[in-house]
Amino acid sequence: MKLKTFPGGLHPPDNKRWSEHKPIETCPLPEELVVPMAQHIGAPAEVCVQKGDLVKKGQVIGQAKGFVSVPVHAPSSGEVVAVEPRLHPSGKALPAVVIRPDGEDRWVEGLEPGDPEALSADQLREKIRAAGIVGMGGATFPAHVKLSPPEGKKIDTLILNGVECEPFLTADHRLMLEQPDDVLAGVDILRKVLGVSRVYIGIEANKPDAIDLMSQACTGRGIEVVPLEVKYPQGAEKQLILAITGREVPSGGLPMDVGVVVQNVGTAAAVADAVLHGRPLVERICTVSGPLVAEPKNLRIRIGTPLAHLVQFCGGVKGEPAKIIMGGPMMGSAQLSLEVPATRGTSGLLLFGAGDVPLRSEGPCIRCGRCVQACPARIMPTTIAAYARLDFISEAEEYGAMDCIECGCCTYICPATLPLVQAIRYAKGAILAKRRKV
Amino acid sequence: MLEAIMSLGGIGLSAAVALGFAAKKFAVEIDPRELAVLEVLPGANCGACGYPGCGGYAKAVVAGQAGPADCPPGGAGAAEKIANILGIAPVSADPQVAVVLCQGDNAKAQAKYRYLGLHDCNAAQKIADGPKACPGGCLGLGTCARVCPFGAIEMTAEGLAVISREKCTGCRKCVAACPRSVIRMTPLDATVHVLCNSTDKGALVRKYCQVGCIACQICKKTAPEAYVIENFLARVTYEHHQLAAPAVEKCPTKCIRDFVDGYPEGSSFAPPTCGVAPGAAA
Ligand code: SF4
Ligand code: SF4
Ligand code: SF4
Ligand code: SF4
Repeated sequence: MKLKTFPGGLHPPDNKRWSEHKPIETCPLPEELVVPMAQHIGAPAEVCVQKGDLVKKGQVIGQAKGFVSVPVHAPSSGEVVAVEPRLHPSGKALPAVVIRPDGEDRWVEGLEPGDPEALSADQLREKIRAAGIVGMGGATFPAHVKLSPPEGKKIDTLILNGVECEPFLTADHRLMLEQPDDVLAGVDILRKVLGVSRVYIGIEANKPDAIDLMSQACTGRGIEVVPLEVKYPQGAEKQLILAITGREVPSGGLPMDVGVVVQNVGTAAAVADAVLHGRPLVERICTVSGPLVAEPKNLRIRIGTPLAHLVQFCGGVKGEPAKIIMGGPMMGSAQLSLEVPATRGTSGLLLFGAGDVPLRSEGPCIRCGRCVQACPARIMPTTIAAYARLDFISEAEEYGAMDCIECGCCTYICPATLPLVQAIRYAKGAILAKRRKV
Repeated sequence: MLEAIMSLGGIGLSAAVALGFAAKKFAVEIDPRELAVLEVLPGANCGACGYPGCGGYAKAVVAGQAGPADCPPGGAGAAEKIANILGIAPVSADPQVAVVLCQGDNAKAQAKYRYLGLHDCNAAQKIADGPKACPGGCLGLGTCARVCPFGAIEMTAEGLAVISREKCTGCRKCVAACPRSVIRMTPLDATVHVLCNSTDKGALVRKYCQVGCIACQICKKTAPEAYVIENFLARVTYEHHQLAAPAVEKCPTKCIRDFVDGYPEGSSFAPPTCGVAPGAAA
């Protein structure tokens, strides 16, 4: 059978073998947990504890500010030793709460198990918000916002994203293998909140064991597992919707415009935890891998754990890191140091040595058109980037710069090593600035 | 053949007559004063006046919507001429000049990471707040130099923007373009500046820059009226800039410079002629 997919995209070496067979291990608590207030898209949370306070695991330490915002919780019990700006994965020092765990790891009182059958959609949504659930695929968009479609937008399909198209990452893969029941319990809750009957789980064909297991678990539940071609960026929302349903999200539109909501499998598991056990989001699964990591692993980590601690637990490094990436190699962000903490969006931590990051200097565009072929958003990266460099911002906008999903396919494939996606991102910033002004 | 030429000529002639007639009949009345004002403007169409180009400004001045001194590149000279044309009292414009408040080039200030992307400061700033360790330091990718309509900004070999006091007309385009707000407008007659833009504490500045202000207060002690220190950064109080010079020698990090002595090291500019209004030499 021909596997479903979307037009464009490419296939970088997937490098999953390092960690795909490693069962999830629980990473021990570090000496200090550094919990940033900014770890979701939207307004950062506001600190509501003070230095010297004793906190319990799951206690709110940062309050949500506005609709597109979620609270932040203490990842373990212990003492607040500082409330101050600390280096954040974004590269800036941002407000954070530093907790020294007391080792007892005691949950805060009053966390109540809930019965999804008995709760209304609104009550479920509120539980999901209060638990601080965000998109666990790495984009960290608050989950309750996606689950609150505005009046008039009819949602008929829920897609679970188990694609994991980024090379190296295996966290979602292991989650589906080891906790299929949690994922499916989450699906049932999400489906009730949205009031949809049609549910798909998209999984790339390079995870046959996960496809088998999930298919078995899904029989009789009205959930269809869809094996997808192995291709990057299969897991990008718009591409995933196109591949599975054939519906195309319009330029400038959202998945809900075509009646679809996409949630990551990790998000579904977190939703189940939040509703069934009343537990806030304080941990996640993260793949620590890359040629420089002594022993690549899939880890269950507390949010706020410094990256250096994760690397240590994986046997340390085999040399001097030349590039540290949080997330996947295609869309993740390079880090300045291992001192930054893991956040809710930390799906992976990859370490590369100098030999693994070939550097070539930029050349002139040779008009090969490979970037255009690879672009899953069907825009012309080379033209937009050229306009961006000349500061011809309206022209870049006309050529669809805003449709760029920043997947990096064009930059990856470009034989001239042009920083295409960076130029387009620059143009997007300038377009938004221009729109704000007028 | 001859006929062809004749008839072509005929067409040309009749067209010329028609066009001439149309030009007379539909001519837009331009206030002659507008043209006169246009004459004295620098013609850079830089937009610093807030109007679309020099033409827009000329129109606005004549209509009384803008003041005669609102063209920064034109400076005092243009302001006076415009006032004469319009027959109003001359308004003195304070000539201003842009200064890069940083000396931390790639040789003197440290980088956070190796940047290999787009050669543009705004693009670089988007990646982990820019490659320079100092959060306020010049990134040296020359966005300001590219937007300057007067070619007044040059980049040194070590990656620092340097502004020619002679060529700078005070149009502020560079100020708007710089993502790190390193460029400030200063009165042209003030030649002493604190060339640093870091608001970090002294101990931290010492770690990443050899020429950054460490807020040691020595300048303020030497010339109390001429300096203020806010957020661990010294600044010349430009009302009292005449008193600032004695601190130049005293500053332990050499971040106070008197532009009468010349430009920051590494600059490719000729020594400036200070205190001369732009265009006044001509
Ligand atoms: S892939 Fe690179 S070299 Fe080829 S057309 Fe695109 S920009 Fe030019
Ligand atoms: S002054 Fe600003 S715009 Fe100019 S090179 Fe430095 S950082 Fe870039
Ligand atoms: S410390 Fe001052 S002089 Fe040094 S790089 Fe920063 S702004 Fe420039
Ligand atoms: S003397 Fe120099 S280093 Fe000290 S506060 Fe003044 S400008 Fe800064």
